[in-house]
Amino acid sequence: MSPPLPAHPLANYLIQFLGSALLMSAFAMLALRRMTSLVRIFALQGILLTLSTLAVAILSSETHLLFSALFTFAFKVLLLPAILFRLLNRLRIQGEVEALVNVPSTMVLGLAIVVFSFTLAGPISELASTVSKGLIGVGLASLLLSFLMMISRRKALTQVIGFLGMENALFFSAINATYGMPMVVELGVAFDVLVGTFVFGIFFFQIRETFESLDLKHMDTTSME
Amino acid sequence: MAVEGAQLVLALVAAPILTGWIGVCRAVLSNRSPAGLLQPWRDLVRLFRKETIIPEGTSFLFRAVPFLVFAALLSCVLFVPFLVTDPPLAPVADAVVLVGLFSLARMLMAFGAMDAGTPFGDLGGRREMMVGFLAEPATLMILFTASLWSRSTSLPAILHSLLGAAAPFHPSLLFALLAFILILLAENGRLPIDNPSTHLELTMIHEAMLLEYSGPLLAMMEWGSQIKLLLYLLIGTDFFLPAGLPSSLSPGALGAGLLFLSAKLLMAGAGLALIETLFAKLRIFRVPEFTALAYLLATMGFLIHFVLEV
Amino acid sequence: MILTAIVLCPLLGALVMGTVGHRKGADALNVLFSFLTFGLSIVLAFLVFTGGAVTGGAEQLYSDGFSAIFVVITGGVGATTSLFSLRYMAIEKARGHLGAERTRLYLTLYQVFILTMLVVLVSNNLGILWVSLEGATLATVLLVAWTRTPASVKAAWKYFILCGVGIALALFGTILLYFASEKTLGPGGTALLWTHLNGVKTTLEPTVIGLAFIFFIVGYGTKVGLVPLHSWLPDAHAEGPTPISAVLSGLLLNVALYAILRIKVLADGSLHNHLTSRLLLGFGLVSVLLASLSMWRRQDIKRLFAYSSIEHMGLATFAFGLGGPVGAFAGLLHMTSHSLIKSAIFFVVGHVVQTSGSQKIPEIRHIGERTPALARALTIGGLAITGLPPFAIFASEFLILSTAVVRAPWALPPLLLALLITFGVVFRRIQEMTSGAEGPALPSSSSPPVLTFYPVWIHFGLALVIGLFFPESLGRLYHSALLSIGLTNGQ
Repeated sequence: MSPPLPAHPLANYLIQFLGSALLMSAFAMLALRRMTSLVRIFALQGILLTLSTLAVAILSSETHLLFSALFTFAFKVLLLPAILFRLLNRLRIQGEVEALVNVPSTMVLGLAIVVFSFTLAGPISELASTVSKGLIGVGLASLLLSFLMMISRRKALTQVIGFLGMENALFFSAINATYGMPMVVELGVAFDVLVGTFVFGIFFFQIRETFESLDLKHMDTTSME
Repeated sequence: MAVEGAQLVLALVAAPILTGWIGVCRAVLSNRSPAGLLQPWRDLVRLFRKETIIPEGTSFLFRAVPFLVFAALLSCVLFVPFLVTDPPLAPVADAVVLVGLFSLARMLMAFGAMDAGTPFGDLGGRREMMVGFLAEPATLMILFTASLWSRSTSLPAILHSLLGAAAPFHPSLLFALLAFILILLAENGRLPIDNPSTHLELTMIHEAMLLEYSGPLLAMMEWGSQIKLLLYLLIGTDFFLPAGLPSSLSPGALGAGLLFLSAKLLMAGAGLALIETLFAKLRIFRVPEFTALAYLLATMGFLIHFVLEV
Repeated sequence: MILTAIVLCPLLGALVMGTVGHRKGADALNVLFSFLTFGLSIVLAFLVFTGGAVTGGAEQLYSDGFSAIFVVITGGVGATTSLFSLRYMAIEKARGHLGAERTRLYLTLYQVFILTMLVVLVSNNLGILWVSLEGATLATVLLVAWTRTPASVKAAWKYFILCGVGIALALFGTILLYFASEKTLGPGGTALLWTHLNGVKTTLEPTVIGLAFIFFIVGYGTKVGLVPLHSWLPDAHAEGPTPISAVLSGLLLNVALYAILRIKVLADGSLHNHLTSRLLLGFGLVSVLLASLSMWRRQDIKRLFAYSSIEHMGLATFAFGLGGPVGAFAGLLHMTSHSLIKSAIFFVVGHVVQTSGSQKIPEIRHIGERTPALARALTIGGLAITGLPPFAIFASEFLILSTAVVRAPWALPPLLLALLITFGVVFRRIQEMTSGAEGPALPSSSSPPVLTFYPVWIHFGLALVIGLFFPESLGRLYHSALLSIGLTNGQ
């Protein structure tokens, strides 16, 4: 079942435009240094994700995607950023991201990742029948960019945002490759992410209790053997 | 030829006014009383009336640089289409030529600054080259990204392809636009990179190069920078907001085009002022990072084109 | 019916523990629930091996011989571990290390952990399998940080982040798999059901499936502890409470490898080349080598055996990479015996640490003089885990090596070297701990706590029976299990 491509190319452009904006937000996360802007970008990514899901839903006339869009909005634009901002306030996290690999090098690596994922996804997009098939590469690139951010940044909160960014990218890929996963699976994934976020929250307090800082650098100095 | 003349005159007159407009916007945004749209013009006139003092120990290069810089930038004015899509010099109006002329102007300016042999001139010249070495490839990358649709780096051809496209905006241009804004700020000594209104030794870049100049020579340098800023904004509107640019020479179309153009420039100027009020100056060591980001974004736009748009 | 029951039992257990887990006697209830689950798993295995594969829950649940074996292992080790943790927790409690609330958290998460692993095993939906495997991480992450020491919080964080990354990659694999299968099976619920996928596996697009498998092996491989992404494993094992180390090692790693194998079957059907086998061979061999080399300088007893887990999972992965009826059989046998022996070793290690008050090998001395039974158990565990006859690991390692002679002779020298190193290191360390003439003097502890050895002897006894007699019926069972998912036709 492959719905005919929309008559108006404008709609297609819109989807691609939103996809590129999403990739840009993933890239921006690598370039940014302030913690608060990081959370804001994450919220922005949620908005872009909602809009692009909405656009795909309308174009492909897959009604279940409308629910996904609504759900994404509630979950990733309202709930998660709210939790993250609350954590920022409660734990008084301020200041700059600390990088294990410096920012310019991560950005160059990021570019390499984009090239890699576009090449990898090329043959796959040709097999897709969705209205937004070119965006599979974008999804993969965002996934790996968030992954890069997660492993190259030091603070606990940065890693969490990287984790959530990865989840966003996965959701985006699922939407664009196959119009989303079956509903059961999608709900299960969302449930896991929600529980995961709470576990992260619990962790923040534990880490702070034990290390009096959320910087994983202090964790590195703990002798483990 | 009339078009070329009109472009030239318009750029010469409008460039200081645009700078004045940005100054007004900045003043309003930071709750100061604005100096007025014509303040840069008044400054220029005042400078032209003063006598020229040439520092001791400078060569002819020092005196020649302001004229050469001014000439290089004026020839750019002839290439960039902004009154009509196809100015008569269209065959030479190539993106690569444009970037070449810009870097020629930059290099001459640095030479002039170093010629005086003062520490500050030297410092300014070196810093300017540091900003430039990554900004230039980024500018080229942006132009290439924009040229992917027309398959030609000729500016009129790019404009035609953009004006004729079905969509108002290409995803790849989103990246190019962001990169372009960064480059615009870096190349014109605007705030996150350089503060145009400071003379604090440790931070200045552009102003440091002009320290030894005075009178008409300084006026020409200042005027040149204002034209450069105008040119960047014109290129920006050409690529990212080409709507309203007339392709015929009929008076009605030209009038409407002019109206559109001024509206776009006013908007862009206000936007620039907003950016400058919102962001604090970057440390000088972060500048290469800033321009590198611009380069990477432009490259991503380039890649996106092949994935999404072909 | 039975499938629903087997999922509901630990779910009910988790709910009960959540409400009454802080009361006295809750840990006994935990044992009860765990044994109930074990009983149900035996029933399931009986049904499967007498009447063939079982489906339930609107096709969402499915169990064939292959998963039934793992269900029994999970149920069994889960039950004995609950028995062990009864005593372990009593000692901890007597020393004032934990309050009622922490006990409740522990018991609840223990049941949730068993639940998630059983769901992974009996789920027919590969999406749910993912969700559940991620759930297993979430449940154990808080258990690893349970002691709240800086080291344990750090270990848990590392575990969480690394497994989170890994599992995210596996989700991308799942998306790709769905993407490929949706073409033939149509969108919606059935396109991720393993039974349906298995039917159409030859028609799946090879490019997509190949890429998906790579994502799967990296993603789920993180949880197996395969080498590039193994570094969470020693930390998590060393810092968590010992019963959790036992189930992590004995069960979770198995279950993750089980998930990879399920997908390997599908990928082989589509790819018609050696990609999956070679990947498993490579990952397995590198893990074995690196783990055995890392054991060399370990000074922490739990960490030592955690690296040994990486080594053994690597061996099992290698065995499945060798493929063929013998290779796959050896792999399955190796997973079984490793589960039994490694969890028993962790039981012993838990008591060793409790009686000597330290995990550092140089600080553990004279176990033989203080508690001879413990020293005996530790020595036997060392014999068993290093693959000496007559224990079961000897049988599986022998089979793996003899298959490797035929199918991958180049891998023999590094494998033998790794096994030799492991043998030497483990024995030296155990000898130091049990006698340790040059160590510090005996701590003048008061009367040693009462220890439990039933679970340990049960496990060792089973491993001995498998290794010595190898019941023919069990062999037939294993072969039919491998046949039921088609793992026997490798390379």
